[in-house]
Amino acid sequence: MSQHLTGAESLVKSLEHADVEVVFGIPGGAILPVYDPLMDSPSVRHILVRHEQGAGHAAEGYAAASNRVGVCMATSGPGATNLVTPIADAHMDSVPMVAITGQVPSAFIGSDAFQEADIRGITMPITKHNYLVTRTEDIPRAIKEAFHLASTGRPGPVLVDITKDALQASAEFVWPSHIDLPGYKPTTKPHGRQIKEAARMIVDAHRPVFYVGGGAIRSQAHKELRQLAELTGIPVVTTLMARGAFPDSHPQHMGMPGMHGTVGAVGALQKADLLIVLGARFDDRVTGKLESFSPKSKVIHIDIDPAEIGKNRYADIPIVSDVREAITQLIPAVTSEFDAGNRADLTAWWITLNHWRETYPLGYDEPTDGTLSPQYVIERLGKIAGPEAIYAAGVGQHQMWAAQFIGYENPNTWLNSGGLGTMGYSIPAAMGAKVGAPDKTVWAIDGDGCFQMTNQELATCTINDIPIKVALINNASLGMVRQWQNLFYNERYSNTDLHSHSVPDFVKLADAYGCHGLRVTKAEEVDKAIEKSMEFNDAPVLIDFQVHRDAMVWPMVAAGTGNDEIQFARDLAPKWERGDD
Amino acid sequence: MARHTLSILVQDQPGVLARISALFSRRGYNIESLAVGTTETEGVSRMTVVVNVDQHALEQITKQLNKLINVLKIVELDDNTAIARELMLIKVKADDHSRSKVLELVELFRAKIVDVSGDAVTIEATGSRDKLEAFLNVLAPHGIKEIVQSGVVALARGGRSIADRSNKNSERSI
Repeated sequence: MSQHLTGAESLVKSLEHADVEVVFGIPGGAILPVYDPLMDSPSVRHILVRHEQGAGHAAEGYAAASNRVGVCMATSGPGATNLVTPIADAHMDSVPMVAITGQVPSAFIGSDAFQEADIRGITMPITKHNYLVTRTEDIPRAIKEAFHLASTGRPGPVLVDITKDALQASAEFVWPSHIDLPGYKPTTKPHGRQIKEAARMIVDAHRPVFYVGGGAIRSQAHKELRQLAELTGIPVVTTLMARGAFPDSHPQHMGMPGMHGTVGAVGALQKADLLIVLGARFDDRVTGKLESFSPKSKVIHIDIDPAEIGKNRYADIPIVSDVREAITQLIPAVTSEFDAGNRADLTAWWITLNHWRETYPLGYDEPTDGTLSPQYVIERLGKIAGPEAIYAAGVGQHQMWAAQFIGYENPNTWLNSGGLGTMGYSIPAAMGAKVGAPDKTVWAIDGDGCFQMTNQELATCTINDIPIKVALINNASLGMVRQWQNLFYNERYSNTDLHSHSVPDFVKLADAYGCHGLRVTKAEEVDKAIEKSMEFNDAPVLIDFQVHRDAMVWPMVAAGTGNDEIQFARDLAPKWERGDD
Repeated sequence: MARHTLSILVQDQPGVLARISALFSRRGYNIESLAVGTTETEGVSRMTVVVNVDQHALEQITKQLNKLINVLKIVELDDNTAIARELMLIKVKADDHSRSKVLELVELFRAKIVDVSGDAVTIEATGSRDKLEAFLNVLAPHGIKEIVQSGVVALARGGRSIADRSNKNSERSI
């Protein structure tokens, strides 16, 4: 059944057909026609944010928490360019997102009209695909394709830019019955022969490791991963993007690898004879200097994106597949190898791994001057809020401590900006996550630097009844930069002092935004403040944890060095000899 | 490093050339030659791209190009099994004294004179890159005033067309 609709009505109807329940956005001239029918939509809720960057990160947070496509909307020109950062962020972290922007009327394109920006051209390298729609009748197809592209294969952001005249003109509304994208056919099922070969290699390895990345979260492979891990007894490491894909409490979990990973996880990768890579991409923050990364291992690389395989590291067995699908097929393949009596002994490997784990556990020094330790705050938060809560971090020291000191047991409970490293992600992402998972407690763990980039979304939270909780790890500094200045720039702290123990007054700011505000400066106040804020559900709550500024993130593999040079504390390197052969 | 010729079938949609060229520059690869034109199928364009890269880079370029939604198929054409041609227009000094010598070279290289004036001739030449380079070398002593050159276009030898080759996404292993 067809109807005659304006482009704006057709867009709203298309969003309804795509099962969109929420859009984060801000109206403006070119997108204005859409906002009129949007008011009447029975199923699409629009949340008015305070900055388009907030709309983009909220869509990301919504997607990451709910496994649905996040949607954001903005007007042309500056509205659209303000979405660039979250779009780039979603591209790096493979977040399913559709961004809809208004564009100046088609007759004005190219004339440097008011609020004109070539957002399709600008976002070409940071989207999975994008559209410029200039005809009303093309809107439904563009939207249908955009949601399909964003959510299938390797997920990612898709931008649909629609000219104002296309929104205003009318056409017959037809929701396409099928998708016609001859150039897009992602391979989601593994090749049987490769799976057999992989199984053989897995059972033969003496020092194998599951190197698990964000793809395991996106493909919702946690159950199957656990099954395969327990079947094989092989150790697991989860990257920054994969925290929660495998329970931290599990005895086979060696922790997070990488620049600030555990000695056990970094050592496991370095000394392995086989890496079974599940939806990870050998990012430089994981590998350190590539030439000296895991020098003795063979690689089984499973990823849905063929371009990731062999990009940074040669794959002995490349498998293009959805991670969950591949694991599902690996389980019987490995089982039949075991049944045939093929199984290498991992006892010696586990002795080595356990030795590292026991000798070099994660830890931190308490400050001696009575000030508050940021790691302690985050550790207590994880204990009190528990593994059912969702945690969204900003970028920097607090992000690394949140990745290290909170125990993640479930997927989609750890949200952060891994690839792009976007300061300001936390507050709007937590907001989006709370909308996507309203029954969950959502904590934003943010730094005082990050927070001041996007904190205006607390107004959005208060007004729209989105009661997130904010643990502000306030060290009055751009902490991670300060740490590098301490280590590599002779303690010359150029432009990293934010003075945010005095300006702004975050408790007053919380109050101004209609949030509950608490301040904590001593260790003994930490639990009480967290417990108290767990009780507030009528409005967002912010705790200003004023912490010690000289705390550092350890362990650390300095940029440009190899993983073997990891230090678990300043100038202290682990002894590897039991792992060397 | 070696020279590779890629034939890319793309959906003929606005911005597709920008997508392809932007991908090369974003990933840090240089395009040595690029030619775009229509094909026997409506709505499908064919790009011939020549790059000078090592095998690893070639694999990355191909895989990254394959991820573009508007890219339908990519085939590498190697020199032994494909015909590659480019077109060149050359304006050479040629007065009454030298014109006949220039004409002799034109004959020899099976090129064509397409314009004549009192002090110059314009030559149309097609061929492989090597042939055109050799042609330019012998013309150089006469004085080359201006050159314009097309990108390389290439087709595989034999009866099969690019459409007969396996589709881009059917590859399972790399």
